[in-house]
Amino acid sequence: MLFKISIKNIRKSFKDYAIYFFTLILGVAVFYVFNAIDSQTVMLKVNSSVYEIIKLMTDILSGVSVFVSFILGFLIIYASRFLIKRRNKEFGIYMILGMGKRKISLILFIETMLIGVISLAVGIVLGTVASQFMSVIVANMFDADMTGFRFIFSSEACVKTIVYFAIMYVLVMLFNTFSISKCRLIDLLNAGKKNEKVTMKNPLICTFVFVIAVGLLSYAYWLVTAGAFKLNVMDKLWLPVGLGCVATFLIFWSVSGLLIRIFTSIKSVYYRGVNSFVLRQFGSKINTMVFSTTVICLMLFITISVLAGALSMKDSLKKSLSECAPVDMQVRLKYSDEADASDADRICRLLTDNGFDTDTYLKDITAYNMYRTGLTAADTLGEYADILISTNPLVDLSGQELFMKLSDYNRVAGLYGLQQHSLNEDEYIVIANYKYMVDIRNAALKNGQTIVVGEKTYRPRYSECMDGFVTISAQRINDGIFVLPDDAFDDSQLYITGISANYKSSDKAWKNSADNKLVDTVKLINKKNSDSVDSDDSEASGSVGSLANCETKGGIAQNGVGLGALVTFIALYLGIIFLISSAAILALKELSDSADNKERYGMLRKIGVDERMIDMALFRQIGIFFAFPLLLAVIHSIFGLKFVNLILSTMGMSSMMASVGTTAVFLVLIYGGYFVLTYICSRGIIKNG
Amino acid sequence: METILRIDNIEKYYGNRSSLTKAIDNISFEVDKGEFVAIMGASGSGKTTLLNCISTIDRVTSGRIYVGGQDITELKGNKLNRFRREQLGFIFQDFNLLDTLTAFENIALALSIQGVHAKEIQKRVSQLACELGISDVLDKYPYQMSGGQKQRVASARAIITNPKLILADEPTGALDSKASRMLLESFNYLNQELEATILMVTHDAFTASYADRVIFIKDGKIFNEILKCGSTRKEFFDKIIDVVTLLGGDLNNAV
Repeated sequence: MLFKISIKNIRKSFKDYAIYFFTLILGVAVFYVFNAIDSQTVMLKVNSSVYEIIKLMTDILSGVSVFVSFILGFLIIYASRFLIKRRNKEFGIYMILGMGKRKISLILFIETMLIGVISLAVGIVLGTVASQFMSVIVANMFDADMTGFRFIFSSEACVKTIVYFAIMYVLVMLFNTFSISKCRLIDLLNAGKKNEKVTMKNPLICTFVFVIAVGLLSYAYWLVTAGAFKLNVMDKLWLPVGLGCVATFLIFWSVSGLLIRIFTSIKSVYYRGVNSFVLRQFGSKINTMVFSTTVICLMLFITISVLAGALSMKDSLKKSLSECAPVDMQVRLKYSDEADASDADRICRLLTDNGFDTDTYLKDITAYNMYRTGLTAADTLGEYADILISTNPLVDLSGQELFMKLSDYNRVAGLYGLQQHSLNEDEYIVIANYKYMVDIRNAALKNGQTIVVGEKTYRPRYSECMDGFVTISAQRINDGIFVLPDDAFDDSQLYITGISANYKSSDKAWKNSADNKLVDTVKLINKKNSDSVDSDDSEASGSVGSLANCETKGGIAQNGVGLGALVTFIALYLGIIFLISSAAILALKELSDSADNKERYGMLRKIGVDERMIDMALFRQIGIFFAFPLLLAVIHSIFGLKFVNLILSTMGMSSMMASVGTTAVFLVLIYGGYFVLTYICSRGIIKNG
Repeated sequence: METILRIDNIEKYYGNRSSLTKAIDNISFEVDKGEFVAIMGASGSGKTTLLNCISTIDRVTSGRIYVGGQDITELKGNKLNRFRREQLGFIFQDFNLLDTLTAFENIALALSIQGVHAKEIQKRVSQLACELGISDVLDKYPYQMSGGQKQRVASARAIITNPKLILADEPTGALDSKASRMLLESFNYLNQELEATILMVTHDAFTASYADRVIFIKDGKIFNEILKCGSTRKEFFDKIIDVVTLLGGDLNNAV
């Protein structure tokens, strides 16, 4: 009998459940897809370093899953609270007929179980289908060959999904039992009759609170943008974040009262058509939803920032790769006294001797030297160093600066396709592309900061850093190389000798094997070196370290792609979950009010309002309801993204606003989709009157 | 005198072929401009169905209903809404005020959906509120008002658009006797001073005694019709009670 009641209930209220159901299925599917990436990538042919990145990615994603399950758990509990609330009367009737609270709990229990089982089953089926597309995306990202498409079902992810969601559903059941046991019959029966109490807040207090909230928010915005240099320590970040949360809450608390005050005073707008009705509908609801609107707004804000940040990071990595790694490989040796001939020949010989035949592999071999003169960053920045340290006590200026001969740099620049320079005999140029350091160095260069190398004084040729680099990398992280005339150094100051070169073949597999060979060779060289140092002179072993290091474009690309994929997947995962959660809360709130709305819209119809006008009023009502948290979230995001840009630029990444477009599309699709769905369902409910 | 409402042989059937209920069985009558007509009948006699048909909330099975010469049984969709909006005023037993709006805004809504200018709305609402004695509740919400005040606000909303016909469905049903009396005084004011035509459905003889004419309905048919014709309200009330006694049944809860 109870089972029958449960099934009938679900069937009857399927229209109201539809969005809840849809959200659950979506949640399950997304959860499965991101936990199944591990198994999906098995069929991909990738080398070990990519495999390790994927492994790391799946580890992090499963960590994120725990967080995601918390969010979904809260969503489900919140949603079931709505659904219980709107059935209060029904429960009241059961109780009047003599049904015990335990039996009512049992009805709810059966319902939750049915919904849970169905949503899990459908969600996993959907997720399995979706994850097949996911493996194509992963393969694309890592440039991996799909060796024959195989349909993969990840039983591991499936079990994980079921366990996580089962726990959530059990929690919901407990919560339901608890809330039923606390109900009083009189409240249940009177639930429908309760008159909406419209509490108008004092406009003066509203204005006051609003002004304070705007003030707090402006300060928080200032902290993360113009004042961001004070935030060099990450643990100070809680201040703007905390201020932002509080201010968001206060704004939502005050703004509805304020808006209604303003609009009621603009009589010509307020008393046009059903405007007064729509505005009051909104006002009455927003008052009871200040907290959830705040949470939704913050979730939207996080979604926008994280998605846009991650996508621009991925784009930036991709773009900077071609820019910052224009050649296929690079090998560098630390200068040591025993080696007298520090040039390309020596490095080539060393590589060839240890198994990497430079003649068969390499072309365009370009060698260069780098020097250290004992000058530190503090010396080259001069007076500006003191200013910098006083505002930013954590900055480290004790590192030795790197120097190059003009002819060496111009050769490298020629190979890389960079601008070549010329110098007078008492001039120097700073080559840098790491934005954070470029800004610092420019300040010193603008002052005409002179440096002394070998008893000769040099002055800057340009009042700013020149763009360029020598070390190939994934990002713009060259923090400064001083280029001086060729005769400025002597061999005793030699620090590093390096070669940059291209591979002879452009075949991908060939390059890949060359990369591996080179890495092995360099390892061998270092091993031999440290062995010989250990046996020769144990005291010196600490200072020598590894003798050689190498960078390859392939390796840099894989790391870059891996990092890009990692952040993209995490951002997508969180973004989708946050978006569907916040949109679902709004949708459920709107739909659970539809009973009241049905009555109100019925009254409008009775006094002769056109259907078109009624639809419009409903559309506006739901539209404002959805747009309200989004609007503030977008404003937050403008400043949030500025901050993200700042962080990205300190990591040597340029920002690209194209990612904002992608984020917007994403937002419109999911959030807008929920909006449209809510409108259609709501209209169906009020039309049935 | 101009005829506002003409009901011409209307019938309303419920149910299907096997079990047919005639809620309205061939009723015809007319209401002239400026009349205050009450329709009385026991519950189940068909009086609310009749009102619903006139108010276009329900459709007749056969027959015609003319409001101001226009056949409203042929109206559809938005024309229906337009007709309701512009020609009719409604007063319901349960007030049907929007709980999120103040009294003023509830009354103003009837005008604003007709596109009346805000300044004009302000003027007309305050004037009418003054006449109906509800000026002091204009800024209150429905939950802050008494039943009588709510119903007078609802009456104001019904009359503010100057409709051809005001339809009242058990307007005193949810009111105590004092509030009922005040509301009915307002009806008389609307009827006599503002020349409103009112058609009121009630099962209460006291309420009906405020009308000029009472039509009795039994089992979907017109049973009797009595006119005030210069008699005092008390005399008219006694006449109504006589008919009610004649009707028998459960129509005897006169105050």
